[in-house]
Amino acid sequence: MNIFEKMVALDRRWVFLFLFVVVSFAYFFRNSFSVDVVTTKEVESIYDFIEGAEPGDKILMSFDYDPSSLAELHPMSRAIMLHCFRQGVQVIAVTLSQYGAGMVEEVLRDVSAEAAELYGREVSYGTDYCFIGYRPYPAFVILGMGENFRVFFPRDYYDTLLDDLPIMHRVRNYDDVKGVLSITSGTTSDMWIIYGNARYNMPLALGVTGVMATDYYPYLGNALFGLIGGWKGAAEYEQLVDQPHDANRGMPAQVAAHLTIVLFIIIGNIGYLMSGRKKPKIGV
Amino acid sequence: MEDGPTVEIIWTTLAALLTVATFSFLYKDNPFYKFAEHLVVGVGAGYFAVLLVLTSLKPKLYDPVLAGEWWYIIPGILGAMMWFRFSRKLSWFSRYPIAFYIGTSGVAIPLYMYNNVFRQLSATLDLSVGFGSLTAVWGILIVIGILTGLVYFFFSKEHKGAFGGVAKIGIYVLMMGFGASFGYTVMARVSLFVQRIAFLESWGVMLKNYFS
Repeated sequence: MNIFEKMVALDRRWVFLFLFVVVSFAYFFRNSFSVDVVTTKEVESIYDFIEGAEPGDKILMSFDYDPSSLAELHPMSRAIMLHCFRQGVQVIAVTLSQYGAGMVEEVLRDVSAEAAELYGREVSYGTDYCFIGYRPYPAFVILGMGENFRVFFPRDYYDTLLDDLPIMHRVRNYDDVKGVLSITSGTTSDMWIIYGNARYNMPLALGVTGVMATDYYPYLGNALFGLIGGWKGAAEYEQLVDQPHDANRGMPAQVAAHLTIVLFIIIGNIGYLMSGRKKPKIGV
Repeated sequence: MEDGPTVEIIWTTLAALLTVATFSFLYKDNPFYKFAEHLVVGVGAGYFAVLLVLTSLKPKLYDPVLAGEWWYIIPGILGAMMWFRFSRKLSWFSRYPIAFYIGTSGVAIPLYMYNNVFRQLSATLDLSVGFGSLTAVWGILIVIGILTGLVYFFFSKEHKGAFGGVAKIGIYVLMMGFGASFGYTVMARVSLFVQRIAFLESWGVMLKNYFS
């Protein structure tokens, strides 16, 4: 086996090990690298939407993800909520993911406390935000909320009647919120587009995982007014609200990982071409 | 048991060990990975079962029926009929709730057509959709990309000559799409990995603070 054949048949565990070392190095020494995060139109349009809202306007934030995608989606949830609280926009939170409720509770508690500290005012449950909870079968829940939030959520997550929450006064359905932001890691995003936007025509934006992002670009400008894709999108939003956090911290590691993978793709292709395009015998 | 630093450190250490066990699969399949995998599936299924009882069965079946709203028993019976799928003889019972459930897709069909066909078609032909100052140029490229992509999937005519050339452009357009998806996928996976490294780092700091 010559060098080129070896390049093609490289045991993938070497690739994993190399990536592990590079990404860990870039993460732990992140302060030694600077990565410029350029904001994009699709993220800016969500920022502008919230920036243009009046204090007291309400948005529905649907946290449709579970702990497996927490790493990617928590940063964007945090950045958007901080922005809402800064603007005085009230947040009605819901989750359509069965594993989401505990996580949403945590993010609401943490971000409201952080916003109170950052902006020097009280951010309280029931007035500035509320959490109406989880119900199964997202399509039906989305359709039901289009008629009245109380169809599926007569009470909030803490068993308080929605009518007893000041934030829910005079809020019946999507007509009474400025827009819907769904932070999602699954097919719930399709349901928001089909059953939510197409049926009720409310302004809709998505925050999605990196894997999903390219699937939703075709909806921009028609079903969606904005799209945040993965960590890069979250890093952009953190920049826009001037609160760089987890996503920005991870960008040096992202760049290092991408460069490493590009390097391995080049090595693999050189090996493939130089070894006479033979089908490699992959090790593991 | 009250939540205190010791309890927190035990749970966090357990989570850290499970993280390491999961990553061990990258070397090769092993019992530690299998344990972590089965634990996730088991905990997830158990959690979801309890959640379904508390958020669906109790408020939408048990409570209303006890309150005298007996008609809620009808969807309850339909739901129970689903379980007949496990019997070879009586599985036909389950067809009724499935038929009912699929019948509700009638809501989805027109919305799906409107959203994924008509709206997409009109967006494709809208040259004002694009990015930055070169909006019209991007708009034209989108139209060309879609048409050539569609030609590639037209198999009733042999891909030869001018037609083959257009189909070849379609392949490049598709490859660009796959490339973008792959790039985003790498970003997604690295995000998860970095978050785990950050977690392990915080676990290390927690251990250090606890024992010092």
